Amino acid sequence: MAMPTTRREAAADWRRDLFGSPWRSVTTLVLAALALTVAARVLPWTIGRAVARPDAEACRALDHAGACWGVVVEKFRAIIFGRYPYAQQWRPATGTAALLVLAAISAWPRCWRRWLAGAWMIALFGFVLLMRGSTVLGWEIVPTSRWSGLPLSLLLSLLALALALPLGVLLALGRRSELPLLRALCRTYIELVRGVPLISVLFMAAFLLPLLVPHGWQPDIFLRVLMGLAGFAAAYLAEVVRGGLQAVPSGQLDSARALGLRRWQVQRFIVLPQALRAVVPSLMNSVIGTVKDSSLVTVVGLYELTGALSLALGGDPIWRPFYLEGYLFISFLYWGACFALSRYSRWLERRLRTPL
Amino acid sequence: MTDGPRRRRDRRPWALQAALLLSVTALGWALIAHALATLRAQGVAAGFGFLRQPAGFEIGESWLGYDPQRSLARAFIVGLSNTIRVALPACALTTILGTLIGLGRRAPYRPARALCTAYVELVRNVPLLVQLLMWYFALTTFLPDAGDAWRGPFGVYLSKSGLSFPWPAAPPGHWWPWTWDRPIAGPLNVSGGGAVTPEYLAVLLALTVYTAAFVAEVVRAGIEAVPIEQVQAAQAQGLRSAQIIGWIVLPQALRVMVPSLTNQYLNLTKNSTLGVAVGYPELVSISNTALNQTGRAFECITVITAIYLALSLLTSAAMNRYNARVALRGAR
Repeated sequence: MAMPTTRREAAADWRRDLFGSPWRSVTTLVLAALALTVAARVLPWTIGRAVARPDAEACRALDHAGACWGVVVEKFRAIIFGRYPYAQQWRPATGTAALLVLAAISAWPRCWRRWLAGAWMIALFGFVLLMRGSTVLGWEIVPTSRWSGLPLSLLLSLLALALALPLGVLLALGRRSELPLLRALCRTYIELVRGVPLISVLFMAAFLLPLLVPHGWQPDIFLRVLMGLAGFAAAYLAEVVRGGLQAVPSGQLDSARALGLRRWQVQRFIVLPQALRAVVPSLMNSVIGTVKDSSLVTVVGLYELTGALSLALGGDPIWRPFYLEGYLFISFLYWGACFALSRYSRWLERRLRTPL
Repeated sequence: MTDGPRRRRDRRPWALQAALLLSVTALGWALIAHALATLRAQGVAAGFGFLRQPAGFEIGESWLGYDPQRSLARAFIVGLSNTIRVALPACALTTILGTLIGLGRRAPYRPARALCTAYVELVRNVPLLVQLLMWYFALTTFLPDAGDAWRGPFGVYLSKSGLSFPWPAAPPGHWWPWTWDRPIAGPLNVSGGGAVTPEYLAVLLALTVYTAAFVAEVVRAGIEAVPIEQVQAAQAQGLRSAQIIGWIVLPQALRVMVPSLTNQYLNLTKNSTLGVAVGYPELVSISNTALNQTGRAFECITVITAIYLALSLLTSAAMNRYNARVALRGAR
């Protein structure tokens, strides 16, 4: 199967593929007819007959023969920012925009320098400060229980990953340690966490943690859920990193030791860079997994994007019938983020394969 | 690590481990002691005796006998049975769908490849919870009322109140079910036969559709692991493409696929806990209700953690045995 070189060859290739035999021709025609039928139903629904104005009367008159995108327009701020005080919503908006810009910058491997880590620390700290508010800066304090919508999803995913990656690396190193007790502890933790569903970890964080921790020391629900998410992601990341550690040839360790590097230096400068580079695709899968998992916090009463949507539409009898459009909207947001991440991961994989 | 200079420092690791053991034990002890003290202050005796109390809450659907007078333990068993009732069919369906899509992604026919790729990229990049809520909303909004249910083939009825289908039944005086109990459409509802609720259908559909995208990737990786020469040799022998897939490719691909498939089945079972979001009474949803009613956070969460761990371990043990059967003789 040589790659077609000219446009004409490519066209011939297509023709052979679609109409190479009688069976193929029939299949192609049937599929084309099917595609046309589906398109004839879906396109008018999404575009043709759809109402994009926030006009409930027009939407009801449609009777679901077309999409009512007006619900997204009408409820946009309620879906994106949820219960966050309306007048203060510029704060999460600024924070989200800043984080997205920083994420776009860090996507470029040439920027992977020490200052980037610092920039992330500052950005995350700044985001939390913006969300929470500060009496010094004259920003009204907003309790974490009112943090919601897209900023909450973003913050939970990013903070959970930022906490889980170092923890996961430590767990992976611990699981391969020479110390039997440390090994057993790390192994137990990883197997225990991977054996239970995330929902039960979140329930534990929401309901069990307050019982275990003395009063006055109790982290609030946001922190508890964050700990649950991070602890859960860490167990999965640990297994990914372990796979990378196993891929580093033992000769590398021996030579590093022979050069007189200390134990931690060997891990820091020789083993981990190679191990992490080897598992970039799986790491990105875990990142995508964590972004998607952040939607589950709605089950324990935090209103991230999914929860904010239920909040925006659930109690409103006028707009309630148009839930489907709302779900499609947030699906599109999640899909855009996760698809971009998975494409990026593929690009990064190719780029990292060639030595820098 | 047996060289001279290392041997002299050998005590340090042990001191480290002892410190680790001590700190973990101390932390665990402090947390549990505090929890027990809190519970005692609230006048609650810790322990699993409360499982014998009457449950006192309704469960929407169950294939085991249950009423609120039955014990909490019974409620948990009903929850577990509901988890299994949705997870097993979903595993079977997702395997079929995922295999078809995985094969489609390697098909020598471009539209098939494009369709299957679109499916995988579309489905796996949207959170399962959002998909589940969407399915549930669609099922409970766009289906007809129970009074004028859709009639499908084989006497199947589909409506807002769920799916009804013929189910084997034992006629009076017999214990072996050898006749069919068929659903009958009445003016207000569909009665008789086997029935599942829209909650069940939503969980089943969401789990199947979502996991199939991942199973498809596993199948594709398995197929790509089979050397192309094997396929060419089979073609040279004059085998048809279905025969090549069934006799040459899949048996060899299974060796690569089984460990990852196990993971997908485990994920599916764990993901079935999302049923709590649409009110499907699976294990976590029951445990959550029990937790809210009795305040026994510690015990309820221990019960579900233990059950899921056992389920995980059992599944991997079973799949390991199967793996040993399909693996190459003498290979490890």
